Amino acid sequence: MTGQNIVETEELTKKYGAQTAVNRLTLQIEEGEIFGFLGPNGAGKTTTILMLLGLTEPTSGKAAVIGFDPTREPFKVKEKVGYLPENVGFYDDMDARQNLRYIARLNRIPGEVTEKRIDYWLEMVGLSEEGSKKVGTYSKGMRQRLGIAEVLIKEPKLIFLDEPTIGLDPDGTNRMLDLIHSLSREKKMTLFLSSHLLDQVQRICDRVGIMINGKLVAMGPIEELAKKKLGLDQEDYTLEEIYMKYFKEA
Amino acid sequence: MHGILTIFRKELGDHFNSMRFLLISALIVMVGVIITSMVGMAIQEELRGMAKPTLIFLLLFTSTGKLFSFVQFIGFFGPLLGIFLGFDSINRERVSRTLSKLVSQPIFRDSIINAKFLSGVTVIAIVLVATVLLISGLGIRLIGVVPGVEEVWRLVIYIVISLLYISFWLGISILFSVVFRSTATSALASLAIWIFFSFFVSLGASVMADAVAPVSQTASGVDAEMLIRHERIQRVASLVSPMALYSDATTTILDPMRKTTRTLILMGPMERFSMSRFQSPLPLLESILIVIPHLISIVAITLLCFGICYFVFMRQEIRTV
Ligand SMILES: Nc1ncnc2c1ncn2[C@@H]1O[C@H](COP(=O)(O)OP(=O)(O)OP(=O)(O)O)[C@@H](O)[C@H]1O
Ligand SMILES: [Mg+2]
Repeated sequence: MTGQNIVETEELTKKYGAQTAVNRLTLQIEEGEIFGFLGPNGAGKTTTILMLLGLTEPTSGKAAVIGFDPTREPFKVKEKVGYLPENVGFYDDMDARQNLRYIARLNRIPGEVTEKRIDYWLEMVGLSEEGSKKVGTYSKGMRQRLGIAEVLIKEPKLIFLDEPTIGLDPDGTNRMLDLIHSLSREKKMTLFLSSHLLDQVQRICDRVGIMINGKLVAMGPIEELAKKKLGLDQEDYTLEEIYMKYFKEA
Repeated sequence: MHGILTIFRKELGDHFNSMRFLLISALIVMVGVIITSMVGMAIQEELRGMAKPTLIFLLLFTSTGKLFSFVQFIGFFGPLLGIFLGFDSINRERVSRTLSKLVSQPIFRDSIINAKFLSGVTVIAIVLVATVLLISGLGIRLIGVVPGVEEVWRLVIYIVISLLYISFWLGISILFSVVFRSTATSALASLAIWIFFSFFVSLGASVMADAVAPVSQTASGVDAEMLIRHERIQRVASLVSPMALYSDATTTILDPMRKTTRTLILMGPMERFSMSRFQSPLPLLESILIVIPHLISIVAITLLCFGICYFVFMRQEIRTV
């Protein structure tokens, strides 16, 4: 491991009993890029993210996230890394602002800064009107937006998004993708997102990794994978074609 | 430290806003007031025209009156306060999927448990102090006696013992909330333990004593040695139960005419001698010395269950399931 990349893993493996959820994963993610993590259900995407956050201990292998070993120094990693779980939950009896404030306090963000950020990020995800409503009354998509705002409240350097656009309406999806894009380009954040929505991934991701049955079968910029899998001359390709090709081979 | 404080503040707010807490503390206060009124009026009646004996104030807490004493009530019902404050503390967050979010913030994982435990202990302390103050105020009006320094000290120690005792139950219920994924299951498991210790341990203790040292009525009367063994076994066996520990400890502190936590039969000759000879209350310091082993036992079982809780929680896989 060279230590120049924001995320590096080497032969990272996670076994649940006899089943290998993640099999000798070696990957690097550069600072500032948007990385799309693809793979069928049960491929091990969530498990990988959990290991990179120090929430699950790897069975073997090494990982470094912003220079720290997530198993040994989870605290350091969690200070700088944001995580939106697949199914994000909230304190339903509190309103959106109270939820955000609580997370901000846990991250030691000073009070005045917190209030400014809450206003800003609620605006960005399109919830500023609903900020004082109890989260229990939120729709699925509103919860998803609030989840994104909550991750961004600590303005992390690196964000793991587990299926971030699930449940969003078309307009919401577009705004979310634009937001993710601008986070990378304007705020220099690094985004690691897992998704099944390949057209979205194709739209915003700089590089993708395809994981099947715990094994990383491909990794690189989408054009590169296209050249490799679909032939040199093909101009019109979709990520879906590439993905299906890898999927059938595996 | 920062993490603990933040979670602690939130949990405390949650407790005070919850219907559950309001109901159970209202119940405790209500029963306390009713018992005190009954006991207080009875004492007032009996003492008419007499000089007030020493340490009479404590009778407010220990007299059984027509039903049961306040001390007995807390011994039996106090565990429910602890259980209700803790039984869903972790699994509630698991069900609402906030736990995985919480553990991905820059806090140590143990601060979640610590903060939840501490906020529960704080609530228990507030309820206990408020109730004892209320009863004392009522008592002062009813029997017209102001508690002396020693009585106040004994009450303070009583509150501390009760706090430890109820915190043990809080610990048990938090442990179950870590182990069981469903809040209903952890509530039931805590209640099962509570019922087990309240009813079956004392029953089991006497069954065991009967089996090991049967006391038979012979022509020459009761075999004294056997009776002593019987009592001793029953006592030791029932000390497994935190309720027995608690009731022993609190009676010694609040009822200083008793000089030992043991029953009459088990007293040595010197103890019995001194008891009949000097019908004066045991000094505070000696009462404390007698209950210290009990306190240590209660603290030890609390720490044990907290330790298990820690161990399980720190190793538990946090998934959004
Ligand atoms: N705690 C666990 N115990 C046993 N097996 C587990 C556990 N957690 C995950 N697994 C298994 O590990 C494999 C990978 O799961 P993971 O959640 O990482 O998949 P995923 O790629 O995120 O899938 P999806 O696209 O459906 O979210 C699955 O086969 C799953 O059954
Ligand atoms: Mg997943």
